[in-house]
This record gives sequence, C-alpha cells and structure tokens, in this order.
Amino acid sequence: MFHIYCPYCAEYREEEEFHPKGQAHIARPADPTATSDDTWGEYLFFRDNPRGVHHELWVHAVGCRKFFNITRDTRSYAILETYRMGDQPSVTAESMILAERDAECGVTSTATMQGVPS
Amino acid sequence: MQRYSGFSLVKHALSHHENWQRHWRNPTPKKEYDVIIVGGGGHGLATAYYLAKQHGITNVAVIEKGWLGGGNTARNTTIVRSNYLWDESAALYEHSMKLWEGLSQDLNYNVMFSQRGVLNLGHTLQDMRDIQRRVHANRLNGIDGEVVTPAQIKEIEPALDTSERARYPILGASWQPRGGVARHDAVAWGFARGADARGVDLLQQTEVTGFKILDGKVVGVHTNRGDIGARTVGCVTAGNSGVLAKMAGFQLPVESHPLQALVSEPLKPILNTVTMSNHVHGYISQSDKGDLVIGAGIDGYLGYGQRGSFSVVEHTLQAIIEMFPMFSRVRMNRQWGGIVDTTPDACPIISKTPVQGLFFNCGWGTGGFKATPGSGNVFAWTLAHGQAHPIAAPFSIDRFRTGALIDEHGAAGVAH
Ligand SMILES: Cc1cc2nc3c(=O)[nH]c(=O)nc-3n(C[C@H](O)[C@H](O)[C@H](O)COP(=O)(O)OP(=O)(O)OC[C@H]3O[C@@H](n4cnc5c(N)ncnc54)[C@H](O)[C@@H]3O)c2cc1C
Ligand SMILES: [Zn+2]
Repeated sequence: MFHIYCPYCAEYREEEEFHPKGQAHIARPADPTATSDDTWGEYLFFRDNPRGVHHELWVHAVGCRKFFNITRDTRSYAILETYRMGDQPSVTAESMILAERDAECGVTSTATMQGVPS
Repeated sequence: MQRYSGFSLVKHALSHHENWQRHWRNPTPKKEYDVIIVGGGGHGLATAYYLAKQHGITNVAVIEKGWLGGGNTARNTTIVRSNYLWDESAALYEHSMKLWEGLSQDLNYNVMFSQRGVLNLGHTLQDMRDIQRRVHANRLNGIDGEVVTPAQIKEIEPALDTSERARYPILGASWQPRGGVARHDAVAWGFARGADARGVDLLQQTEVTGFKILDGKVVGVHTNRGDIGARTVGCVTAGNSGVLAKMAGFQLPVESHPLQALVSEPLKPILNTVTMSNHVHGYISQSDKGDLVIGAGIDGYLGYGQRGSFSVVEHTLQAIIEMFPMFSRVRMNRQWGGIVDTTPDACPIISKTPVQGLFFNCGWGTGGFKATPGSGNVFAWTLAHGQAHPIAAPFSIDRFRTGALIDEHGAAGVAH
C-alpha cells in the first residue's frame, strides 16, 4: 500500500485516493500535420517500462484532482520523490547510481525518501 | 523418453516407484545453437517443443533465469477459452484450443485439461449487447458459444446468485462449453520433457544479460554463464520483455504491471465451471484439490515486484461475494502476484524486431495461459521460416505504427 505525498495538498494520503497514469514527461508532437506515423506511434504506444527508477504521472483523483509526478523504483516500489507538473525530477536512474557509489564511499545520500510502501 | 502408461505404472509399482527417469537433463551450455529461446515459461517451452517436433530443429537452447515455468505460467488462474471478438484473435486462440484438445496425448503427459465450460456474465444492458455481438462473431468463426439466460445460468452454476436481489443483478452470460482449466505446472513440464527428449537443452539458472549484435544482426546472447551464439533468437519473457528489448536497443509498446491471484482453503466440490465477470471484476473456479482459485485485477502502476496492492485483493473479494454470497466466510490460504506485459490493444506481439534474427513473442498480458500451445506453435513456425506464421502475422509490432490495432479489451478477461 502506498502512502503518497501530494505536492498540491502538501499531505500524505492513501493510495486509494490516487490513480497512476503512466510514464511522465512525454511531449506531444508539436506539429501534428507534419508528424509521421512512426512518430505518432512512438508517442502514443511505445514506453520505457524500466525495471528500476521510473518517472510517472499520477492524479489525485478523489482529492484535489490535480495531476503530478512521482519518481518511483519499480522493483522495491519505494517512492523517491513527488513533484508538481512542469517541474523536473531531482532523482533519476543516473543520480541513484551516483548516490549508491557515494554511499559505498561513506558519503550520505541526498535523495530523500518520501513515503515507503508497507 | 520413458513413456507413461497404465502398464508402466504397474511395472514401476513393483520397484516402489523408485526407478522413474528424470523428466529432463541438466546440460552444460554449448558454444552455439541454431536457435535460442529466452524464457522457460510455457510459451518458450512450447516454442522449443514444436521447433523440434514439427520443424526438425533440435539444436536449440531454452535459457531461463530461474526455474522452468516459475514465471506467469505457474502464477495464473489457468482459464482456457477461445471466445475472443475479432477474427485475428479468434483464429489465434481457437488454434490453441484445438491443440489443447489433444495435448495430453501428444505430450504423453497429463496436463489435466478439463473442459468444464466458461461463463462470462453480463450485468448491464450494454454488457448483454456486447456478449451477443461476441457470441455471434464467435459462431461465425466456428467457435462454440451461446448466450444464456439467468435461469440457464442457475442450472449450470447453482451457487451463483442469479436473483434480482443482487446489487448488480445478472442479466445473462456467454457460455463456451469447450472452455475450462488445465494444470499450469504440468503444461510447462510436459512441453519441457517433450523438448528435452528431442534434444533441446533446457538451461535453468541462466540469465540473459545482453545481446550480441553485429551489423544489425543478432549473433548470440550474453549470460551469467558466458556467451552463447545463435543466429536466431526468440524472446518469450512476458513481464521482462521491455527489459530485454532495451538490451537490444529498442522500445516495445508494452507495460509491466503486477497481477494478483489467491486461493482459498480446500472445500468440497461446489463450483462446476469457470465464472468470470468484467463488470464486478472477478473470476473464479475450483481446482481439483478443492481450493477456490480467484483472479484479481492488475495494479495500475508499473511494477516488477511480483506482488500487488492490498486494495486490489479487497475489491476482488467484494466482487466474488457479490456473485457468490455463500463464500463470505471462506478463508483465503495464499495470495501472490505475477508481472504481466500489457499492450495498448490487449493483444499479444508475435513479431520481428529492428534487429535481424531477433524475434519477440510477448504482450500476452493478463490472458496468455490459454494460448500456450498455440503461441508456441505459431512462434516455432515463425522462427523456422524467418517470417510470421499466417495466424501470427496480424500481431506484428508494426500495428502500433500503422494503426491496425486489434482491440480485445472487451473479451480480455481483466480490465487494463
Ligand atoms: C495472477 C495471474 C492470473 C492469470 N490468469 C490467467 C488465466 O486465467 N488465463 C490465461 O489465459 N492467462 C492468465 N494469466 C496470464 C498468463 O499467466 C501469461 O500470459 C502466460 O503464462 C505467459 O507465459 P509465458 O511463458 O510467456 O511467460 P512466463 O511464464 O512469465 O515465462 C517467462 C520466463 O522468462 C524468464 N526470463 C525473464 N527474463 C529473463 C532473462 N533475462 N533471461 C532468462 N530468462 C528470463 C522468466 O524467469 C520466466 O520464467 C494470468 C497471469 C497472472 C499473473
Ligand atoms: Zn492533492
């Protein structure tokens, strides 16, 4: 069960209030009339689907009804951060690798855990 | 291969059943094979079996990172049916159904295929219209099916609440008598034994960690046990297909989600058939051991954890109680999850890829167990000929660029 921090309500709420909406940061082709079938296909259907760090869109469906983003590990299900629409993630697959390397050298990680599933 | 029969049973009884042959060898990997299958689930093992049996290609390895059949093959609720709406999918699942009907004999292995029938319930007017349309389409495709009334449903499955008191009263159902269930482990083991007997190497505890690609052509795979060469590689890795595709340098129109199931304590025989409801969203049958086998919905988020949310279990049990109020005090025994590879049109991908010689058979999502023999059969043909089997052709990856989708969300058992 997730305990999710909504960046608009600024509160932790239960998973049941939210709906996941798939991969985040997918830009709609800017000029639809000049877009090839291949590019449309990619935009509509093809996804990263990573085993690891994933940036995804969620909606606070029975709360404020706003969309926002979550960075989550699809193996451990740990929520690494939540952030507003238009913002960029501060935790990425690359930053996690660096943080792990630092942790091995005794440096403490700056990535904060905002709610871990039980 | 030692054949099983009534006679062999009696013979081995004399030596206290201590001298039965092992089901398959545990070979060391060769340097090179004609064909490598990645993924030792039912579909991968069936592919290897038909490659050897029907195409005479026996220099084949099945590479499995865990144990044979330990993925979704051993985690599903074993429902088998072929009543899909569109011609393309009906042809694929009916091809499979015909193979199921002779599978135990063909494999000389009892897969416990039981054609006890499948009910798909309708609870709204729109449900009933969709059911009628699907049953008519099925019959035009030569697939058995009937629209049945609540009174007929009561006769088929007396434990179902077909009264008008229900919160979502049952208005009718589609009924496919040839549908049913099979023993999932036995399906994997039967195909594995048959493939091994024909010379296929089953390499367990061997994980593919990358592909060897030269000038856009696959020439082998990297594994945790060293590199293995092959000019034809078929990936049948279900929930992990996106990870494998990334290793080969491309994306798939696939997302991996947890899907859960649970079983109750064993009960005396109470269910005659398989009952599914899309509307209240639950499906149930009873195993030969007596446990109620209950399928849940998927979690909406991506996940590779082979477990799901508790809220999904709760919703599923609400649906089961809605259909079978008498099960309200049955205790649940075990719950687990698998990682299902869903596609945007709820249909599989059996296809070439941008890498020459590398083929994928995935995207079976929440409903591929029923297709195990058919999928292996057409994929083996595809690998042997280097081009899609006619039944597999519409399931190419290209459909997500041309727009020729095959929308089976209505007939696929689980909403996603
Ligand atoms: C809870 C649940 C209920 C279901 N109910 C039904 C049902 O009632 N009816 C129905 O028809 N279908 C059902 N399904 C779907 C069905 O289980 C699957 O579609 C089907 O079993 C897929 O078979 P497979 O052989 O393709 O995959 P799997 O059995 O998952 O096999 C894939 C194999 O690939 C291996 N693998 C992955 N990555 C690698 C790697 N890098 N190297 C080597 N090996 C690797 C895995 O270890 C795994 O063994 C259900 C699924 C679930 C989870
Ligand atoms: Zn909110």
